[in-house]
Amino acid sequence: MSDLSCTIAGIKSINPFWLASAPPTDKQYNVERAFEAGWAGVVWKTLGENPPVVNVSSRYGVHKDRNQSVMGINNIELISDRSLEVNLREIEDVRRKWPDRVIIGSMMAPIDEQAWKELAIKIANSGVHGIELNLGCPHGMCERGMGSAIGQVPELVEQTTRWVREVVDIPVFTKLTPNITNILVPAEAAMKGGAHAVSLINTVNSIVSVDLDAMAPTPIVDNKGTHGGYCGAAVKPIALNMVAEIARAEDIQGMEISAIGGIETWRDAAEFIALGASGLQVCTAAMLYGFRIIDDMTAGLSQFMKEKGYRTLDDFRGKAIANTVDWNQLNMNFDTKAFIDKDSCIECGRCHIACEDTAHQAIVIGDKGDGRRDFTVDNDECVGCNLCALVCPVPECIEMRPVDNGLPPLTWPEHPANI
Amino acid sequence: MVEKPAYPANGCTLSAAQIETNFSDLHKPLSATQAISAADSCIYCYDAPCINACPTSIDIPTFIHQIKTANITGSAETILAANIMGGTCARACPTEVLCEQACVRNHTGEEPVQIGALQRYAVDHLMAKDAPHPFSRAKDSGKHIAIIGAGPAGLSCAHRAAMLGHDVTIFEAKAKPGGLNEYGLAAYKMADNYAQREVEFLLDIGGITLEYGQALGQQVSLKDLQTRFDAVFIGVGLGDANTLNLPGNTLPGVENAITFIENLRQSEDKSELSIGSNVVVIGGGNTAIDAAIQAKRLGAKHVTLAYRRGEAQMSATDWEVDLARSNGVNIELWASPAALNGSAALESISFDSMIIEGGAYKKKGEIFTLPADQVLVAIGQTLSTSELQGLNIEKGKVVVNSRAETSLKGVFAGGDCIASGEDLTVQAVEDGKQAAHAIDQYLSANSETRA
Repeated sequence: MSDLSCTIAGIKSINPFWLASAPPTDKQYNVERAFEAGWAGVVWKTLGENPPVVNVSSRYGVHKDRNQSVMGINNIELISDRSLEVNLREIEDVRRKWPDRVIIGSMMAPIDEQAWKELAIKIANSGVHGIELNLGCPHGMCERGMGSAIGQVPELVEQTTRWVREVVDIPVFTKLTPNITNILVPAEAAMKGGAHAVSLINTVNSIVSVDLDAMAPTPIVDNKGTHGGYCGAAVKPIALNMVAEIARAEDIQGMEISAIGGIETWRDAAEFIALGASGLQVCTAAMLYGFRIIDDMTAGLSQFMKEKGYRTLDDFRGKAIANTVDWNQLNMNFDTKAFIDKDSCIECGRCHIACEDTAHQAIVIGDKGDGRRDFTVDNDECVGCNLCALVCPVPECIEMRPVDNGLPPLTWPEHPANI
Repeated sequence: MVEKPAYPANGCTLSAAQIETNFSDLHKPLSATQAISAADSCIYCYDAPCINACPTSIDIPTFIHQIKTANITGSAETILAANIMGGTCARACPTEVLCEQACVRNHTGEEPVQIGALQRYAVDHLMAKDAPHPFSRAKDSGKHIAIIGAGPAGLSCAHRAAMLGHDVTIFEAKAKPGGLNEYGLAAYKMADNYAQREVEFLLDIGGITLEYGQALGQQVSLKDLQTRFDAVFIGVGLGDANTLNLPGNTLPGVENAITFIENLRQSEDKSELSIGSNVVVIGGGNTAIDAAIQAKRLGAKHVTLAYRRGEAQMSATDWEVDLARSNGVNIELWASPAALNGSAALESISFDSMIIEGGAYKKKGEIFTLPADQVLVAIGQTLSTSELQGLNIEKGKVVVNSRAETSLKGVFAGGDCIASGEDLTVQAVEDGKQAAHAIDQYLSANSETRA
């Protein structure tokens, strides 16, 4: 087993996997089950001022692919609907029972200095390792001036972060909403406010489906629905990009990242770490499969590291950042062509029709006789777009092979057409 | 998934309930979950090989895609637009040598997509709905077509002709429509009176009249139909069953497999059918297999299927042969019937052992005998030509051109009575459909109406 221990904003963690602030971390029972399963930490479900919120019945919608696999979940659940005192008592108890595990207290409050500070102090006093500011929920709480209503205003991001920093001496994580135009703006605001780390992404504002019988968006609450927060595998690409943007921004170098967004497997985890994440938070995958998924997340990550010769997470943390560049820095003279392995080709024609109808007419059907056919790439027409390889159902049947065209690297700023 | 049938044990016979179970659906229909899972394995090939392998050219990737998108009624309409008897074909087609053999999944050593089972899922879904018939008729052409034979070819031709705006009268010799779907396919492939349910569904298009007890050469004549109708379609199938030309072939206990299956299909209570203890089926085609398995499932203690050549030469598909073996049928190869023995009734059957030498089949010079109180003969059917005077007939089949036209003007033919390919329901459906289009073109070219 490779060494998966790490330090996130100064907090030591036995592995990088924490459960995000969400239904799985709502109470002591769930959290203890997670710790028994091997999770290194939890961000407790967001706490607010008393009286607690009231949640509605029917809370999740789903976006499935055609194979009935869940691509994403949308939720309209609000923050913890249990009293602050009960939550804090449970946190204290779990902290005592599980000294090697991390508990972060997540919080939100209306824009009021006293409210933020009093709540932050109470939570800190329960013994949590850090506090996460929930500035992201895009449903319900934002209508009350909290969640994304704060996260979408950089000045308020900075302000709330600063308020909490002023009253607690534990690490502060500012959780960012993706429902903005440029993630760097709230990330910079969090840094100015003194955040030790940013957590991202919170859920994406969404309607996952419309029930065509009820003629209402799902999930349906008494014939009506509302927009909710989208999470799960489908949002991973959005999260990866936002994490990468922050990791490579010169102005906020050193800001630690607790990455969230569609992390379901060890590979997802490794990708976020390669883009600079210090730690990881998971929610949807656990909701879909249970806490046991931690087993392969740790074992798979460990195996990957062993194969690559990485002893610790730091050995590959951020390794993909330097290769993540602006489009203008790409080599326009690089050339790659599709190559179809005729031995493994099953003659389904998917590559042909994709290329013929929607790309560059570069895949020619040949008649092998006896009802059989073969597919050949016309290199003169192939632009190396990858579409055929992406639609091919046979693993490694279509390979994209770089070709040497003898031309030197050339970027758009250097291109004759741009000079 | 083949259901485990019950067989007689310890000298006991099967109960009526066991026999009923033995003749229920050979394959259970797919559940919604199974259908989704099966549909997911379809790659949605472009210009798919399975379409080309289907005699009726059903757009298989599209209908499976429609199952995936939960448009199951639309899926059934895709199937039925190409093959109005898609429900029977889903049950009875030898998919293992047609669409499923062509599935590209076979190239990677995977199981092919369960096209037949998915087709049944979609068509059953549509037929279970109390919905209007999915196809509508074109404007009345004023033309009237006579169809001889209410089998798959005739019914398919009738449905398509009705769609194209023509009126149709079908003349059927028997008391029920459906042809071999009703009388010839194995009972466990067509459970729950499916053949009749399908005919009812098909007739819902309107414009089709069925007259029963109308045999060609007896109640109706070709000449008469030619004068009374604007066009005639012949879909009479192969009416004569070949017999064993051997001593003893009239002994009680010697029966044609076609008659055996027909009686079995028409029986209200299969437990009342008599079945031998030692049944020997002669033949190597799917009819022989169907007869052997059904004899076993009726409660015969020993069933032997005897074929004069090797397994590779059998016209039954490998899947069917395996099904026979798994049903406890003993398969005796290289056995050519030599004599049917018995005094008052059949007692045994003797065979010449056969060998192949230098490409020629020869008697080995050894005779062996099997006890038999029932022999079912399944050595092919032939066209009954006596009522088809005036038609050009070659090699026992009615000769048609590429437009399904016989040698008589305005007379078309299709199905097993022509040489269009394998004698399969699906081919008959295609023949009937294509003939309807040919008749439609013929009628519009000869637009002057009948005097």
